[in-house]
Amino acid sequence: MNEKIILNYNVDSDDFTRAGEASGNVKRNLKLMGVDPDIVRRVAISLYEGEINMVIHSNGGAIEVIISPTEIEMILKDEGPGIEDTELAMQAGYSTAPDNIRSLGFGAGMGLPNMKKNSDELKIESKVGVGTTVTMKVFIS
Amino acid sequence: MLLGSFIEAISEFEVLNKGYDLDREVRVPYCCDLLSIAMGRMPQGAAWVTVMANTNALAVASLAEAACIILAEGSRLNEADIAKAKEKGITVLATELPVFDAALLIYNRLHD
Repeated sequence: MNEKIILNYNVDSDDFTRAGEASGNVKRNLKLMGVDPDIVRRVAISLYEGEINMVIHSNGGAIEVIISPTEIEMILKDEGPGIEDTELAMQAGYSTAPDNIRSLGFGAGMGLPNMKKNSDELKIESKVGVGTTVTMKVFIS
Repeated sequence: MLLGSFIEAISEFEVLNKGYDLDREVRVPYCCDLLSIAMGRMPQGAAWVTVMANTNALAVASLAEAACIILAEGSRLNEADIAKAKEKGITVLATELPVFDAALLIYNRLHD
């Protein structure tokens, strides 16, 4: 695996039946490439949390995953509404998920903390009314 | 205990779907209904006991490498989700037992 592999996915708002397709597909690809199982698991968890956040909170968006020999970069870009207080959103236990989302088992306020814990780099750029871009990296070596 | 033997050892549980990887190790019971907590903390190879019977629980089980899901308290997957479990090869068992009792039963069988 010397060249970069780029995988692209669309994420629809409120489509819980397809949530996890991108992370599941990336996981399968990484496994087939023989990437270390612990790294595969960390990527799968980080990406699923990001994907679910897009389904719950955003107006939809796209995910790009760039797999190189040294790292896996995940770029999740949505079309709004943006995060008002990123620092608050990062706090474990803080959630703005409504009751119908909580009844599905989400809304524990662990999404972003899980993403931070399982990735080596996490960057959140958000502008209210415009959108959010989350970039995560997991290093392979 | 291997998953195939585990399914046979706990005949009290109903088998909703037998997954692909019956040779994988079942290591420990794990209980949680909040998916992000389960996602972040569930040990690999867990027998995951939950009442959360939906498509997202299947995704979490698959991504977090649970050995199987045990739906407790009589919770059940709908037909579409059973089809999804079959497609993804996820083993799903079900019981009327409460979460603690189901996990205790699993623990005892794993340590018999």
